[in-house]
Amino acid sequence: MDIYLPIAEVSLDVFVLLGLGAAVGFLSGVFGVGGGFLLTPLLIFIGVPPAVAVASSANQLVGASVSGVIAHWRRGNVDFKMGFVLLLGGFAGSLLGVWLFALLKRIGQVELAVSLLYTILLGTLGGLMMIESGRTTLRHRRRGAARRKLHQHNWLHGLPLKTRFRRSKLYISALLPIGLGFGVGVLSAIMGIGGGFMMVPAMIYMLGMPTTVVPGTSLLQIIFVAANVTILQAYTNRTVDAVLALLLLVGGVLGAQIGSRFGTRLRAEQLRFLLAVMVLAVAAKLAYDLTVRPTDLYSIVTDKE
Amino acid sequence: MSRQRALLRTARLIALLVVAATGPARADTLVADLTSHLIGITSGFTGASVVLFGATDGPGDIVVVVRGPDREMTVRRKGKVLGIWVNTAQVAFANVPSFYALAASRPVEEAIAPATAALYRIGVGNLRIEAKSPARPEAAAAFAQALIRQQQADGLFPTAVGKIAFLGERLFRTTISFPANVPTGTYLIEIFLVRDKDVVSGQTTPLVVSKVGLDAAVVEFAGRQAAIYGLIAVLMAMMAGWLASLPFRGI
Repeated sequence: MDIYLPIAEVSLDVFVLLGLGAAVGFLSGVFGVGGGFLLTPLLIFIGVPPAVAVASSANQLVGASVSGVIAHWRRGNVDFKMGFVLLLGGFAGSLLGVWLFALLKRIGQVELAVSLLYTILLGTLGGLMMIESGRTTLRHRRRGAARRKLHQHNWLHGLPLKTRFRRSKLYISALLPIGLGFGVGVLSAIMGIGGGFMMVPAMIYMLGMPTTVVPGTSLLQIIFVAANVTILQAYTNRTVDAVLALLLLVGGVLGAQIGSRFGTRLRAEQLRFLLAVMVLAVAAKLAYDLTVRPTDLYSIVTDKE
Repeated sequence: MSRQRALLRTARLIALLVVAATGPARADTLVADLTSHLIGITSGFTGASVVLFGATDGPGDIVVVVRGPDREMTVRRKGKVLGIWVNTAQVAFANVPSFYALAASRPVEEAIAPATAALYRIGVGNLRIEAKSPARPEAAAAFAQALIRQQQADGLFPTAVGKIAFLGERLFRTTISFPANVPTGTYLIEIFLVRDKDVVSGQTTPLVVSKVGLDAAVVEFAGRQAAIYGLIAVLMAMMAGWLASLPFRGI
C-alpha cells in the first residue's frame, strides 16, 4: 500500500516505512543510540531526498527517544542530572557545528566531510569497543565475574567543579560531561544526527558511567538535540515531512519499547560488543562507498523551482 | 539569462502561431484538448494519466510534447582524490524541464525532419539545456548527458514514446501517463500536426499538477508557518513516544 509523502514528493510503501521505523526504534531502545546514522541512509536508499531524510529522521528520533527514555526511567536507569549537564555542552557545540556546516556547504564538500567523519569516527569507536568488550568477555570466561574497579583514575579527575552524579555513581568534574556534550554537539550538527553512537561509548569509557544507566541518559539528551534539529530544519530548509516522520514513529516508538526491554536482559559487555559490530558494519559500508568507483560519477541536485 | 530564455520562449510561440496562421489550411487545421486540466496529488497518489484527444482537417501525423515546469539543476561529477571519490567538478543548468515526454502517431524520426524537430525542441536531444556557468562546452555536454540519463532513470523523461491512435483519418487520441514522483507545477502540452515531415499546425494546452486536500494543507502550512510547523512536528513526536510507552507500563 503506497502513500504519497507531501514534502518528500514521493510515494512509498506504508509497511516498508513502518518496518524501518520499528527496526531502528528497536536498536535505539537496546543501545541508547538514536539510530539516525542508520535511518537517514536507509531512507535515502528507498528514494527519499537526502535533505528530507535528514530532517524527518530527526523528527522521528524525538518520538523514539521519548519512548525509550520513559521505558528506561521506569527502571530507574536515567541520570537526569548527567543528561542536562551533557545538554548544556551540547547546545553550545551545535551552534559551532551549524556554523561549520554552513561553511562546508559553501565550499561544496558537505557530503564528503560527513562521509569521512562518519567513517573515521565509527571505525575508531567500533574498533575500540569491540576490542574492549571482547577482552571483558574473555576475562569473564576465565575466572567468572571477577569484580573490577568501577573506573580508572587519571588526570581528568583533577579538574575543578567536582559534582556528584548519584545515579551514575560518579564524583567527577562537571567540565568533563560539558566538554563531551560540546564535542558531540559540534559533530551531530554537521552530520545531522543525534550523536548517540558517539555519546554512548564516550559515556562508558570517558566518564566511566555504569552501562545500565547509559542508554536512558543518552536518549534523554538525544530528545533535545533532535527536537532542536527538527525545528531548525523545518524553519530554515522546510524539509521536515511530518507524514513520513509519523509513519516512522508508529513503528519506532513500539520498537524502542521492545528494544529497551531486550537490552536490560543482555550483559553489559554483550551489549557493547553488539553495538561495536553494528557501528563497524556501518563504517565498513561508508568506507566502501568512498573508495569504490561509483556506478554513476554524476549526481544531480535540484536548486530552484 | 532568464530574460534570454523568455525571449526564446516567445520566439517559439510566435513560430507556432505563424505556422498555425500560414499553414496550408486556413482555420482549425488542428483542435485538441485534455479530458482534465488538473492532476490532483493526494495521499493515495501513485501516478495518473490524462487523455488527450483532438481532430485534424485531413491526414497527417501528430506529435505531442509534454513539458514540466523548468527547474535549476546542478550536476556534480566525482573524481578520485587520494583514493576516495570526491565531487570535483560541477555545472549548473538553468532551464531543465522537470518532466519531458513524447507521444507520436509514427516513430518521431520517421514523422518529422531532424531540423524541424530541433526547431520545435522535439526529443530529449533537442532540449538545448543551457549551462549557467559556461565551462568548456564539451565538458558541459557530458554533464547535460548525465542529467538526461538521471532524469530518464527517475522516470521523469520517459524513454518510451507514447502511442497516438487515429480513429479514421481525422480523429486522434492518446493517453499521457505521469509517474508517482511527478513534479508539481504548470505543464505545457504542445500538439503538432505534421505533414511531409514538416510542422503545419500547432496548439498548446496547459495542465496543472498540484497537491490537493490534506497534503496540500501540510505543504502550505510547512511553508507559511515554518517555525510552528516544526514545533508541532516535535510535539507530535513526543506525544507518540509517550502514548507508545503507556501499554508497556509495568511490564
